[in-house]
Amino acid sequence: MSDDTDSDITKPAAEAAGFTIAQRQEREKRLRRRANMIATFSTIAVVLAIIVLVPLAPGWEKVQRSFFNGEVFLKTFPTLVKAFMLDIAIFAWSAPIIAVWALVVALARDARSPALFPLRLFATIYNDVFRGVPVILIVYLIGFGIPGLGLPRPWNSPYIWGSVALVLSYSAYVAEVYRTGIESIHESQRSAAKSLGLSHWDTMRYVILPQAIRRVIPANMNSLISLQKDVALLSFIGPVELLRQAGVFKSLYANFTPYLGASLLFLAVTIPATRLADRMIAKQNRERS
Amino acid sequence: MNTSTKTLVLACAFGLASGVAFAQGECSMGKTVTDGVLTIATGNPAYFPWVIDDNPASGQGFEAAVAYSLAEHMGFSNDQVAWTRTTFDQAIQPGAKNYDLNMQQYSITEERKQTIDFSAPYYTAAAAVLVRQPTLDAGASATLDSLKALKWGAGAGTTAGSLIASLIGPDSQTLLYDDNADVTEALKAGQIDAALLDLPSALFTAAVLLDDGAVLGQFAPDASGDLDQFGAVMEKDSALKPCVDAALAEMAADGSLAGIEEEWLQGATGVPVIE
Amino acid sequence: MTLKLELKEVYKSFGALKVCRGISMTVDKGQMICLIGASGSGKSTLLRCINLLEEVDGGQILLDGQDITDPSLDPLPFRRRIGLVFQSFNLFPHMTVMENVMLAPRRVHKPPKAQLIAETTQLFERFGLADRMKYYPDQLSGGQQQRVAIIRALAMKPEIMLFDEVTSALDPELVGEVLDVLRQLKSEGMTMILATHEMGFAREAADKICFLDQGIIVEAGPPQQIFDAPKQDRTREFLSRVL
Repeated sequence: MSDDTDSDITKPAAEAAGFTIAQRQEREKRLRRRANMIATFSTIAVVLAIIVLVPLAPGWEKVQRSFFNGEVFLKTFPTLVKAFMLDIAIFAWSAPIIAVWALVVALARDARSPALFPLRLFATIYNDVFRGVPVILIVYLIGFGIPGLGLPRPWNSPYIWGSVALVLSYSAYVAEVYRTGIESIHESQRSAAKSLGLSHWDTMRYVILPQAIRRVIPANMNSLISLQKDVALLSFIGPVELLRQAGVFKSLYANFTPYLGASLLFLAVTIPATRLADRMIAKQNRERS
Repeated sequence: MNTSTKTLVLACAFGLASGVAFAQGECSMGKTVTDGVLTIATGNPAYFPWVIDDNPASGQGFEAAVAYSLAEHMGFSNDQVAWTRTTFDQAIQPGAKNYDLNMQQYSITEERKQTIDFSAPYYTAAAAVLVRQPTLDAGASATLDSLKALKWGAGAGTTAGSLIASLIGPDSQTLLYDDNADVTEALKAGQIDAALLDLPSALFTAAVLLDDGAVLGQFAPDASGDLDQFGAVMEKDSALKPCVDAALAEMAADGSLAGIEEEWLQGATGVPVIE
Repeated sequence: MTLKLELKEVYKSFGALKVCRGISMTVDKGQMICLIGASGSGKSTLLRCINLLEEVDGGQILLDGQDITDPSLDPLPFRRRIGLVFQSFNLFPHMTVMENVMLAPRRVHKPPKAQLIAETTQLFERFGLADRMKYYPDQLSGGQQQRVAIIRALAMKPEIMLFDEVTSALDPELVGEVLDVLRQLKSEGMTMILATHEMGFAREAADKICFLDQGIIVEAGPPQQIFDAPKQDRTREFLSRVL
């Protein structure tokens, strides 16, 4: 009871009750420490319960042998790390292209002049199609389909056309994000730039886009995180990246542990990226308020 | 005579015919997923020439025929055989299974035996090199040096990937695909020059799926040091395994296995052996 | 006195809402005109029409005798001759105030860099903000931001400046510094049109007052006449409410 009242107490009242600021701070620190301790204990308790209770399940031994097999893990993990480098490479060359192409699509969709209507129509159809079809189907259709037209090597490489599929698909999403950003910039900024005699393109380039792009960075971070995972879809058309390598080991050892290793590798990249995105969003919300 | 009477009559006939088999069917009694029924899994879809027209219940195709013969030798009549479909992953995941046997060209390996049981082998497969005419025109031949220079592809769930590495050791990274349909697609798109498949699948793909397919050569079945043998997959420590193995031994002894192979897996002669 | 700007029967509607219903007026070179009237009387829209941010539905706007509303003409060169300052400053938040000021001249007039920097610095010095050039807009007070916005418009060397209630968003103690800038501009001979609620300032500084109500100019004349002896009832009524 006394806990509640003195945490709500107003400052003069607190002074009247004989609290000094130092005492208050000391008190708050104690409360925080206690909260931290409770959180730690409950976490440990839950983890312990999982560690103790799950193995009691009748199928545990088989599950352990199939999913948490230390021997298989050690044998396969180094090769999985190597395969993951291919994912990172595909990601590294796809992401910048997506950033640029998506911007082109977003600007095309934003084209206001009636003469540019065909461009706007094209961009709208593009967005509808590539956001409406699952990425894996795009990867299949473009990865096998375009090389099937008879392109000579190396131009029929699944690395190229798989990346093209990812770029086309993800650009549609990222273009929408950009567009939201562009529309979120207040009309008065456009008016100000126009009143100064800046052209439509200069207004876009120097006034609208720098603000819009900055504003959508957190949202685009999320797109990048899912791109990092979807890079694995390229395995369907040949490249032996992490997911495929794990699948090969799974078949070879008839064991799912390599998938666990692959998950850990993906997490090693996506968890820090997710935290970073969260932090950026939080920072932006603080700035806006 | 309507259909149900027909079925009844047929069932009685089978019952009489397999009267002897029932006597030796004691072995599998109470060890199957469903009492008195042998449930066999195959792929989805199941491919020629292992199962014809993706219809295993017809008994047409090598594995379908082996399955019915095996069931008969274990003491199950034809209508006591039930079919189900699984992926490779479903075949190896822990926990209760919804099949007794899973037959879809699983190669028997020591590593896999850690997690699942295999029957005795029902087929010894030679690995064959599938190519298209343009590759032949470019001068590819059934020599190791020539094969090394090719761009290779294989099914990821098969042992072909590791066979390519150990038998050929190609100059460039092998590309791997979900199944043979995708491997064929990559061949068509020119993304790979050659694929390593089991000989029957290679012959079928070259003849039916590709316009200009050819089987360049085959490796002797024991070229990899281990024989590449297909076995039926069972749950780890399956009680049914001794019964299956005994029936397969019997099928080998009475010549029925060889007969089925001859009926369904013809045309392997004339493919050059790669030394 | 030379005629600088002339409005002839300007009409502007937004959908069914008729905002300007035939506005005519003349502005001589070096004159300061104050538009007064209640919110929604059409003052802001009129200024945006003169700056060609809004297309007029009818009538003409003549700048040095040339009709700038002619749809066959590119509006950009005209806009550059007419500066507009907004109630809410509308500075570009991602640039320093110096970059805010330099952007349009750099893109439009493309002067040598050293010259541009020198001219910009001079402008900031003229309006007492030389020590704030490297700051971002949100690091400045409202009054300072509005002065920067005025500098930004002046950097394009306009022939006419339009001010759209430029003190309305400011705390009362910051209004003075902005009005001082307007007085300074007038003394330097700039032609100006203001939409304003600062009646004291209008009376003291304007050459002509136009009272707008419901999209028309009800009464126009020198400040003494409008404020001390309005002829129209509507003018009298409005002034009695605001004074």
